Amino acid sequence: MAMIDDNSKEQIKKIFEPMKESVKVLLVTTKDNCDTCEDTENFVREVTETSEKIVFEVIDINDEKAKQFDIERTPAIVLLGAEDKDYGIKFYGIPAGHEINSFIMGLLEVSGAGEKLPDSMTERITKIDKPIDIKVFITLSCPHCPGAVAKAHKLAFMNKNINAEMIEANTFGELSQKFNVSGVPKIVFNEGDQELLGDQPLEAFLNTIEGL
Amino acid sequence: MSFELSLNIGATKSKKVETNNLYDTLIVGGGPAGLNAALYAKRKGLDVGILTEKIGGQVLDTFVVENYLGFKNISGEGLMQEFEQQIKEYDIPITEEVKVVGIKNEEYKELIINNGDTYKAKTIILATGTVPRMLNVPGEKQFYGKGVSYCAICDSSLYVQKEVIIAGGGNAAIGAAIDLSRIASKVKVVHRSEFRADKILLDKLNKLNNVEIYLQTSILEIKGQNKMTHIVALDKKSNKNIEIEAEGLFIEIGHIPKTEFVKEVIKLDNKNEIIVNSKAETSEQGIYAAGDVANVDYKQIIIAAAEGAKAALSANEYINKRK
Repeated sequence: MAMIDDNSKEQIKKIFEPMKESVKVLLVTTKDNCDTCEDTENFVREVTETSEKIVFEVIDINDEKAKQFDIERTPAIVLLGAEDKDYGIKFYGIPAGHEINSFIMGLLEVSGAGEKLPDSMTERITKIDKPIDIKVFITLSCPHCPGAVAKAHKLAFMNKNINAEMIEANTFGELSQKFNVSGVPKIVFNEGDQELLGDQPLEAFLNTIEGL
Repeated sequence: MSFELSLNIGATKSKKVETNNLYDTLIVGGGPAGLNAALYAKRKGLDVGILTEKIGGQVLDTFVVENYLGFKNISGEGLMQEFEQQIKEYDIPITEEVKVVGIKNEEYKELIINNGDTYKAKTIILATGTVPRMLNVPGEKQFYGKGVSYCAICDSSLYVQKEVIIAGGGNAAIGAAIDLSRIASKVKVVHRSEFRADKILLDKLNKLNNVEIYLQTSILEIKGQNKMTHIVALDKKSNKNIEIEAEGLFIEIGHIPKTEFVKEVIKLDNKNEIIVNSKAETSEQGIYAAGDVANVDYKQIIIAAAEGAKAALSANEYINKRK
């Protein structure tokens, strides 16, 4: 059974129209112990089929390529730009429910059709010169979460020192427990050095990063 | 886990509000009041734009809406998508992710946003809505995100087979309690007075077998270590302090208006709501307010939307008179 209805597919198709470069969605799965890998594969396939600019590739976590992207858990999704350029943008868990929005925005971003930021903001982002890891814990029923994920991914897209990943809290319960996630979106910087709660403005992300 | 899609990316594709244009009307807020004001203003032929933090407002956090005429049963978000789709037909410029921080009331009105940009209009409709009210008890800030939540729809799935408390006695609280009863092992509803939720919701609540009800019970403190473990509350009937254990506390005790940025310019009442008359006019000519931010009784989606329509019609009348 199709996971996305025709009406939504039509909408997604339109949203993808401004995409510039071809992009790749790399899905990393495992055969065993992965309750949501199959659903994620079907779901991502249906989303990616709506645009000719998107190449979809599925690999196993034991594949050399998966190691190259430091994939530790499945299902994992890496968004790659033209010529497989890696911006450090990942999704751990199915980007369905509300997260379809951040997934689409991520694809637009790596294809060069992301929203342009004011110059002052761009300057602050490009100045960041230390390695930054951002984990955004979400649930699929959270209307405020895609905003936080999209901002983290935008930062990763704009600065190679920044990596950003969405983590679906229910799929990765142990990891969520490790970071004490009991409210979402929870934004964790550099393995817990700093945290933010809620869909914070980009300024709050930058203030936090600059203070690290 | 439900994978049901909530595609909501429309506004990112809309035209943006421009800083170098003088609009007939600029609307601050993208909830039911703001969107309906935009619809009415546009249909009157006004040059209108919306500045908002987010399209949808507080309704996005509502599980189910069963009292908006025309929709028997729809999710809060589903309803907002219906609104948004209708607005999109009209090609109204919308700028999201902006916060209006200041307002100037001169010959033309000016709205200053958080990055310093300024927008100009002949009239302004304020529909900024509210933020969740806090309990203001010790432990609330400390355990925010560590058990304390103001968004049940976001966080409920993190409490599978756990005990939770809902603080509040209105429709939002009882709606959240009913929804959480399907997820949590036990739901304890704690309210300082008597329930004021709709009877139809209370009937549903009373049929559930994993719900405990504590009425006339005031929460005094939230306690725990790394995460919250329990609350201390005053049982007003026995006048004794009691402890109620739970891993989560969902606070649904109402909302407070977002009026900080206008308080120097417009008259507010003692609840900090913008004072409006029956035409949604504020104390200042050409500035209108609608929805939960205004001092209109009964905070309901349909009332907010209706007040938005009134504000737009009043703005239109004002502009026509000055032509």
